[in-house]
Amino acid sequence: MLVFILKRLGFMALTMVIVSVLLFLLLEIDVEGVAVMVLGPYSSDEQRELWLQQNGYFDPLWERYLDWLGRFVTGDFGESIRFKTPVAEILWPRLWNTAILGFWTFAVMIPLSLVLGILAGMKEGSKLDRTISVTSIITTSVPEFASAVILSTIFVFWWKLLPGTSSMSDGFSFKELILPVMVLVIYDFGYVARMTRASMAEVMTTHYIRTAVLKGLPYRKVILKHALRNALIAPFTVIMLQINWLLSGVIVVEFAFAYKGFGALLLEASLTSDIYMIEACAMVAVFVAVTTQTLADVGYTYLNPRIRFS
Amino acid sequence: MSNASTTTLPRQTAGAAFMRAIKSFGLIRESWVGMFGACIIIFWCLVAIFAPLLAPNEPNATLVPYQRPFWWPGVEIAEGQPTFWLGTDHVGRDILSRIIYGSQTVLIYAPLATFCAYAVGILMGLAAGYYRGWVDDLLSRIGDIILSFPVLVLYVIIIATFGASPVNIVVAIIFASSPGIMRIVRGLVLDLRNRDYVAAAQTRGESSWRIMLIEILPNARGPLIVDACLRLGYVIITIGVLGFLGLGMPPPDPDWGGMVNETRQMALAFPHMTLFPCIAISSLILGFNLLADGLREISLRD
Repeated sequence: MLVFILKRLGFMALTMVIVSVLLFLLLEIDVEGVAVMVLGPYSSDEQRELWLQQNGYFDPLWERYLDWLGRFVTGDFGESIRFKTPVAEILWPRLWNTAILGFWTFAVMIPLSLVLGILAGMKEGSKLDRTISVTSIITTSVPEFASAVILSTIFVFWWKLLPGTSSMSDGFSFKELILPVMVLVIYDFGYVARMTRASMAEVMTTHYIRTAVLKGLPYRKVILKHALRNALIAPFTVIMLQINWLLSGVIVVEFAFAYKGFGALLLEASLTSDIYMIEACAMVAVFVAVTTQTLADVGYTYLNPRIRFS
Repeated sequence: MSNASTTTLPRQTAGAAFMRAIKSFGLIRESWVGMFGACIIIFWCLVAIFAPLLAPNEPNATLVPYQRPFWWPGVEIAEGQPTFWLGTDHVGRDILSRIIYGSQTVLIYAPLATFCAYAVGILMGLAAGYYRGWVDDLLSRIGDIILSFPVLVLYVIIIATFGASPVNIVVAIIFASSPGIMRIVRGLVLDLRNRDYVAAAQTRGESSWRIMLIEILPNARGPLIVDACLRLGYVIITIGVLGFLGLGMPPPDPDWGGMVNETRQMALAFPHMTLFPCIAISSLILGFNLLADGLREISLRD
């Protein structure tokens, strides 16, 4: 087990290093381009030359990369071109906002999708199963931006129940969080529900469930005591990996509702060529994604007794 | 029958293969969900093909007085003027015509990108699964690293760095989705490479690529077709999302995601501008997802 965890951690570190090299090459190999991004398109050649000289951009590439990596690991992400402040000062509060959004999304999505998945998987092919499956196909077919538009039309334009933007300009407001969370849940729950259904359906065909039913246990007890514990191992992994999807989803949702989060920051940085902000955001996104993948792997191995004891 | 088959053998087998393909497509009828999905897709394909005949107006032309560009759906502007059934957008273009022409954009680039991604993914997956060893290790590691990115983060960085153009969007989609295809193909090849017919081909001394492409690949088609359907739906979402984020096809040609992006500032006052393109794209994606579900169900049955 320990060896497995160390191996996973090693792979995680390796992935981060390779991603950082790629990102560095993609954004910083063209020094002239960096100077244009930082000093703006109307800077003179001498200004750019001077700036590059001062910031050590004429050192060999690998030296620059190591230098950059060293600063990065210690939390010095450089200065944002657009905001004229250190990247970290903007990044961490934005990340916290996204964490709030993600927390509420998961708080709604996990119970909903697990219950629906278990109900559907209990009796494969039943009317309830078909209904839940088709519903989840329909909800996953509507892209986040489309459901954002459709829900705003209903709740903001027709019923005038909810605010149309979620910029939280007068402090935290729960009402402004409802639409973004709703959009993310609608897009995501179908996939988790289908995975739970598949896992549940598989467990229901095993011998120990048949034995439990045949020895006369009440159906409730068979489901709650025998089936659920095994059926919920696979959805755990799926839910962890869902965080990776959520990082994509928040870009769209935060842009659509003007929510001041991490996804909107990454998009703005990319559109305005805010180079150090892009680097920091991308590395944070990959770090979160790789960490959750590692946790999912380790957790799955730990939870599954067939693997744990072999 | 026996006489004819001996003389015209090649044509017969081609004909038989064609009949088989028709028959397996006809299987869709057995699943009403898949049937419904296929109908939606056929509907949009017909719309795209006959766009010039169907569209009542020029998609890129401003058709109303510039003092008041936005009109609600179905409102008659003046006697003798055309009615805009889905209204006009922020610069007075006919939304219905733009949606009809927008179906061309999405139905050209999404299948193109998916097809190219499949070509790359299948070649990598065949090589990884068939040669194994260091080829497999290298390709799988590269794939793992690309797949560890949150997809949209990857798209946003690539498109923002290289600029938004149809070619860049297609290349970005190939880059981001071929590792997933590779994984599926690799898994299938690892299972199929130990079959007798592969051993027979190896004994005949056929080249590795011939074995991979002619012996192994056709036998892996079932799961791949279902996956291609799902992935096509997902690529349509991607193109739509990129358009919505302002990273999609360059204006002014209509693109469903881009239409939402251009008018979203006015969506709270005139929701029809964003609502109809969203319904259009969702229905097309739904079509592919339902078709995939139907195909999967049928393939599980036998």
